[in-house]
Amino acid sequence: MLGLNNKDLRLFIIVICLTVFAPFILNPFPETSELAQFNAGYPDLMQRFIIFGIFAIGFNILFGLTGYLSFGHAAFLGVGSYAAIWMMKLLTLNVIPAILMSIVFAGLFAVVVGYISLRRSGIYFSILTLAFAQMSYALAYSVLTPITGGETGLQIKATDTPLLSNLAEGEIGRANLFGLDMRSSFELELGNWLFTFNAGYYIAVVFMLIAFYLSIRLFRSPFGMMLRAVKSNQQRMNYTGLNSKPYTLAAFVISGMYAGLAGGLMVAMDTQVGPERMFWTASGEVVLMSILGGAGTLIGPVLGAGMIKYMENIISKINDNILHKWFEFMPDGIEDFLVTIIHPFIGKGWHLTLGLLFMAVIIFLPGGLVELGQRIGRLFRRGGSKDTAAQSTPAE
Amino acid sequence: MSKSNVTRRGVLKTGAAAGAGLALPTILTAGSHSGFTNAPTGSTVTLGFNVPQSGPYADEGADELRAYELAVEHLNGGGDGGMINTFSSKTLEGNGILGKKVEYVTGDTQTKSDAARASAKSMIEKDGAVMITGGSSSGVAVAVQALCQEAGIIFMAGLTHSNDTTGKDRKANGFRHFFNSYMSGAALAPVLANAYGKDRKAYHLTADYNWGYTTEEAVVQATEGMGWETVNAVKTPLTQTDFSSYIAPVLQTDADVLVLNHYGGNMINSLTSAVQFGLRDKVVNNKDFQIVVPLYSRLMARGAGANVKGIFGSTNWHWSLTDEGSKAFTKSFGTKYGFPPSQAAHTVYCQTLLYADAVNRAKSFNPCAVAEALEDFEFDGLGNGKTLYRGADHQCFKDVLVVKGKENPTSEFDLLEVVEVTPVAQVMYEPDHPQMGGAEATLGSCNPGA
Amino acid sequence: MEALILQILNGLDKGSAYALIALGLTLIFGTLGVVNFAHGALFMIGAFCAVTLQRILSISRETIDETRTDFLGNPLKVDIPYVYDWFGADAGQMIINWSVPLAILFSIPIMMLVGVIMERGLIKHFYKRPHADQILVTFGLAIVLQEIIKAIYGANPIPTPAPAALDGSFDFGVLIGMENIIYPYWRLIYFAFAMITIAAVFAFLQFTTFGMVVRAGMADRETVGLLGINIDRRFTIMFAIAACVAGLAGVMYTPINSPNYHMGMDFLVLSFVVVVVGGMGSLPGAVLAGFLLGILESFASMAQVIAIIPGINQVIIYLVAIIVLLTRPRGLMGRKGVMEE
Repeated sequence: MLGLNNKDLRLFIIVICLTVFAPFILNPFPETSELAQFNAGYPDLMQRFIIFGIFAIGFNILFGLTGYLSFGHAAFLGVGSYAAIWMMKLLTLNVIPAILMSIVFAGLFAVVVGYISLRRSGIYFSILTLAFAQMSYALAYSVLTPITGGETGLQIKATDTPLLSNLAEGEIGRANLFGLDMRSSFELELGNWLFTFNAGYYIAVVFMLIAFYLSIRLFRSPFGMMLRAVKSNQQRMNYTGLNSKPYTLAAFVISGMYAGLAGGLMVAMDTQVGPERMFWTASGEVVLMSILGGAGTLIGPVLGAGMIKYMENIISKINDNILHKWFEFMPDGIEDFLVTIIHPFIGKGWHLTLGLLFMAVIIFLPGGLVELGQRIGRLFRRGGSKDTAAQSTPAE
Repeated sequence: MSKSNVTRRGVLKTGAAAGAGLALPTILTAGSHSGFTNAPTGSTVTLGFNVPQSGPYADEGADELRAYELAVEHLNGGGDGGMINTFSSKTLEGNGILGKKVEYVTGDTQTKSDAARASAKSMIEKDGAVMITGGSSSGVAVAVQALCQEAGIIFMAGLTHSNDTTGKDRKANGFRHFFNSYMSGAALAPVLANAYGKDRKAYHLTADYNWGYTTEEAVVQATEGMGWETVNAVKTPLTQTDFSSYIAPVLQTDADVLVLNHYGGNMINSLTSAVQFGLRDKVVNNKDFQIVVPLYSRLMARGAGANVKGIFGSTNWHWSLTDEGSKAFTKSFGTKYGFPPSQAAHTVYCQTLLYADAVNRAKSFNPCAVAEALEDFEFDGLGNGKTLYRGADHQCFKDVLVVKGKENPTSEFDLLEVVEVTPVAQVMYEPDHPQMGGAEATLGSCNPGA
Repeated sequence: MEALILQILNGLDKGSAYALIALGLTLIFGTLGVVNFAHGALFMIGAFCAVTLQRILSISRETIDETRTDFLGNPLKVDIPYVYDWFGADAGQMIINWSVPLAILFSIPIMMLVGVIMERGLIKHFYKRPHADQILVTFGLAIVLQEIIKAIYGANPIPTPAPAALDGSFDFGVLIGMENIIYPYWRLIYFAFAMITIAAVFAFLQFTTFGMVVRAGMADRETVGLLGINIDRRFTIMFAIAACVAGLAGVMYTPINSPNYHMGMDFLVLSFVVVVVGGMGSLPGAVLAGFLLGILESFASMAQVIAIIPGINQVIIYLVAIIVLLTRPRGLMGRKGVMEE
């Protein structure tokens, strides 16, 4: 079905279910419990999971298949974002043209950067992409302020009157899809549970599913095979008379367009852009996401993206106050002791937790989270059959 | 489909609606609640404290958080009440806000606008915060202010000094207590002219981003008004750590004043380099060479160590002020934490009190009612003398402090001394001043959300 | 002319920092084959060795000065460092002021130890793993190390001035008959220190048996192993030496910029650019590229240059990197086949 083999189809269906039912899955704890702190089922974070998922899927097309490690992918995300917000400021508040424009602009920028950077390989390629991204960041922050808004970035303001949108005088435009506000939500209350279904989230999900489907097809296509050949031995490939450059460039541009799509969606969900989006740490983050989840696998990067964003948004919000509430039932001495022990790892210490987790995953799970899934899968399957779970099918 | 950001989590949390078993799925409609985002329904109200906890301004964020916790304690009737006792408005009685106990959530802005918005959104969408406050940079303040405008939440800015926050990027739902670049320039210029003479040639080094631009513009205009000449203004990258190659050329010009439009780590490093290059020992045009830092903070002064001695700058507030409000705040903060509060701590404490008081006076948490109560509100007793929250741009107008690095500090917190308290009349400007976005800048209309 | 000379001095000074970090990175990469993203963190730890020594020397006893009051109106507590008691106030203060130079000695054993622990405890297990894994695990380590420092010392920069005798500036102009070429002593010391360190590392590799084996290991690790030489232990020592170079560079850098917990990350990306521009695996390349980029960066920050090309000071390093890599495929002095897959 859909041109997918059974295993891929199963994976695709699992992803569909996961994303569609995410509002339930991510909100396992009732609102009244102290554990509600760990719920991630609110629109903004769910949107971020999806958007960074797309970003990581795109990055993985380049890195997972060809082995080219781009250290400047955030630049495409940034360019896509700027293109999208200018579309919204000037043409229409409908998100579709904005997202299309972000893909186009990111794609064009990727052609330029890719054409130059792909003349080198290995770490030389990485540094070239890094250099382009850092230049984009530095210029967007400073001398390009008239176009990018500089430090304070760009938002949609009351003075913006897009050509095709009829806004009342002084009304601040809102991103919409043919009139459907991205931020409108439907809330379902079941006992003590509260589930939020957000319009923007589901629009992002549609884009993500398309992106994911395309990436499966790409992984399984002759083109994908060719890219893998580049990874395993580019020299041998060149000896056979094949010029690998058009293939890698195509992969680079596709990957850049995915980043642009992610950037466009970010603007569609939350209409603002700032230059930090292009800083090298943002590029580094997507590398971490891919490797953490399992580079070269279909689902890995999405898991990695989810994990990093979860840490960033949930762990950083836990403070001592909340800790004290958790351990309230314990005797005072033990309560204070536990709070003191945990204190360095939460709130402002979330980076520390993240760093430790990275190290743990890399040391013990070289295949990333996907490998963890495989190991758990094997534990549950008697006899350890050769058939690995669909969710953990590596590309190679 | 309802068009709302309103959550009913407040309801659920207080158990008011916690029915047994499965309640029927309900579709929220705009009519089913009080008409604005995150209207508090239970016996508590949640505020969102969004401060930098990682990145270069983490220490400033930590100090802001301390002040917020203190403010919440005082609002809920704990501690010694701090500035509630000296505040000219007497609606705060230690019983929370409108009788509701104040609770809070915290988040990390990382001093990045994306992260700050993500954190603010989670406070709005997940925790049901009815007001967001905090931040330690103008980029973040402008980004979060715009978000709060869209979501229908009140934003009480923390430390943000760029003109843009209440200038070209002003928003109806956003309020700033902190002073700005224009005021720094206007307050500093006369003091500088007095101390260093009217015939001076200034060389500016400016951080290459919005705050740097507005500060440079403000200081250049104000000092040129006093008769100074601007020799050159060079932009330095934000990511620069070693400023030697920007400092050294100053020696080659006939400038006799160096103005460092830098903040945080940039300022610490550029000032250190300037002192190392012997600028302060130089005599140019028969005058002693001088260095000026338009915006000071205690943390910066600490980082730069002995280099700040005798250097002029401006600041929003300083704990050594002797009015009743400042004394009360310094006392309760110092007693709780063991050291005096910074200006960042002071401004966020004031913002929390001002918000709480505005809600009490408006008798509603509705952002539009709160905004109306804050607009053109005149108050006293919060440490800066008589203050006006101007309705036209939501900027506070109050006296500005001109300070100087202290020669003989008694402790690591006693680094600045107040040279002059510039009266508010001198730093006043029209809401459509060209530096503040001109006639184009508009607040828009207040947005209550739902 | 004077302006140009000054900028060359500035460039050599910035270049010293770049070159020292790049040298350490290349030593580790060249000998162990590991891309060490925690190298910036080693630089940072070195700087905090100086801070720590300053703190240790200033350990104080508290006395109460009844004549003055603190901010709450209580009698002022005055901290009197124990060194004042032992050596008298003047000599004691002098010892504290000299904490940065003293930290050079203090930091060597610490950095050696950190290096050995890092190599034996973590890096060793990553020799056979892909470069991507090495990058990730060392990056994770870098985050952990900097967060630990942040938890102890806070996020604000900590002033660590050079001793007063070395803190002034020096008028070069007098020597060469020009005006206004004033340069801080400490920056000159930093440059001299960098040159000595670089020379020492090269001499060590060139003229000692140990260095010879390591160089052989860099060229062909397997063969050296087959010859029955215990290359592993030498690699551990090499790592410790590289950590030391980074740490010392950090100690010496503290009077130039007040150290903060993220200074390592600030330098990390730049130093990688330097290493790659110099050519992966080439020690002379790393040094050359460090000074080249330092000098170009200094020139690009001159007001006259910015006036012609706005924003050039923002991008110069990356622009040069792109130009170099496009004209010379493996950087200035890179070897073929190193990190090219």
